[in-house]
Amino acid sequence: MKESEHIDDTVNHLFRKESGKMVAVLVKIFGTENIEMAEDVVQDALVRALETWKYRGIPDNPRAWLYRTAKNKAIDIIRKNKYSTLIDFSDPDKQLLTSGYTLNTTMDNYWKEDQIQDDFLAMMYACCHHDISEENQITFILKSLCGFSTKEIARSFLTSEDTISKRLYRTKEYFRKHKIRPKIPTSNEIVDKTETVLNAIYLMFNEGYNSTHADQLIRKDLIEQAMLLCRSLLSAEQTQLPEVYALMALMCFHAARVDSRLTIEGELILLSKQDRTQWDTAIIQSGQAYLNKAAFGSKLSTYHIEAAIAYEHCIAKEYKDTNWPMILKYYDIFLNLTYDPVVLLNRCMVVLELQGADKALMAIKTIKNNKVIEKYYLYHATLGEIYMRMHQNTKAVIHYQKAIQLTQSKQEQQFFKDKIAGVLN
Amino acid sequence: MKQFIFLFKGGDELWDSKSQREQEEHMQHWMQWIDGIAKKDQYLGGERLYPGGNTIHPGGTKVTDRPLTETKELVGGYIIVKAETLEEATEMAKGCPGLQWESSVEVREVWPEN
Repeated sequence: MKESEHIDDTVNHLFRKESGKMVAVLVKIFGTENIEMAEDVVQDALVRALETWKYRGIPDNPRAWLYRTAKNKAIDIIRKNKYSTLIDFSDPDKQLLTSGYTLNTTMDNYWKEDQIQDDFLAMMYACCHHDISEENQITFILKSLCGFSTKEIARSFLTSEDTISKRLYRTKEYFRKHKIRPKIPTSNEIVDKTETVLNAIYLMFNEGYNSTHADQLIRKDLIEQAMLLCRSLLSAEQTQLPEVYALMALMCFHAARVDSRLTIEGELILLSKQDRTQWDTAIIQSGQAYLNKAAFGSKLSTYHIEAAIAYEHCIAKEYKDTNWPMILKYYDIFLNLTYDPVVLLNRCMVVLELQGADKALMAIKTIKNNKVIEKYYLYHATLGEIYMRMHQNTKAVIHYQKAIQLTQSKQEQQFFKDKIAGVLN
Repeated sequence: MKQFIFLFKGGDELWDSKSQREQEEHMQHWMQWIDGIAKKDQYLGGERLYPGGNTIHPGGTKVTDRPLTETKELVGGYIIVKAETLEEATEMAKGCPGLQWESSVEVREVWPEN
């Protein structure tokens, strides 16, 4: 029993780490019109690993075993489809896959280590094409590059498997129709294209970080995968951009505090009440290192500022030591760069800390007519907090109730219920 | 453009005497050579041939269970390429890595269409 658990763990871990790379290589071989073929080969290799290792034990180099199995399977498929039109062999590189003289060697060359990393990055850029909607981007990345099952993605997004399948289908259709060829953008497009990739990574991270669902494992998984994707951008010279380092730093500062945000029972703990000794200093330190590296070039991204804010929270020994004036300054810089109602809302919380409820209420009223923000539970939670401090209890309760309606997280609903109880007592 | 077939002959004994590593390295050279031809859009295809087989004699009734060629004349494979002239095709064929491993290459023009 122990041994088989060990195998499951190894396979799961390996699969999360390697399946995306294998898919990327196989997509390069089969073409983006055959993404499913690539996913099937990887799935097959995994199933075979589970079956074989159960009897013969885990091989010395499980990763190499998995890659070899996928490669051999790919050779079989190429041989079988040599004369079919399913795979397009017209490209000179692929033409070499059609002859016994060159098939094995060509195939080996597709699986060279330095190449794999590039293929993986190229696939990331392809998934984040401007024409693909954000939610479809993340869905597809989770499936193809992070080895999530449709079921796991559905649980991550709190939606049905059917919805996820439809999203995946749409993206695959897009690839098919436009014959997308994954490639790392050239140096004059890299900044622009990386922005979309970073956006997708950050959304994925937030999906895990914000406690919109109770499943701890899934949340950790999302956080880990988002950080893995960002790290792989940092592993290649072309994509070592300041904003990539900044996002990495930001995610470190958040991830370091993730365990202290919930009680063992899964209840939300406010920043002011978190046990700061639980924060992971090692991750905070690597965040600092990333933030230092982010400080080259002339570009200041929103990630830089968000990281700076998160860093201020990380270095405050106690809640009362928080450098609120500095944080307020960062918020102002952020809002100067780009208008973001959610950030404006967060700024109101800082104003509340620094200047009191009256000023905070004035600040929150500057968020005008924004239909999106009015459906955002934290908008109402913030208003609830402000009114509570102004002792306008009826208004406070109304807004907390709104917040309860708008969040799907049980922990957060409970948190707001406690707030209401506090107001009414 | 005309089409030419390169017939690769002999060299099997030497091949068999090499280690797997040497064979793999040698096949990398084949790949690079063919890749060069493909990159110039002159490669049409080709296959390696397994040494075993049958020979059917004239008349079509008698069958011998092996190729009847001498070992050094045995065709081990072929590729088909495009080239303007026999001379150009011959120059291309001179790059064949098999020539360093005791194979010979016979360059033959495919019978023209008109």
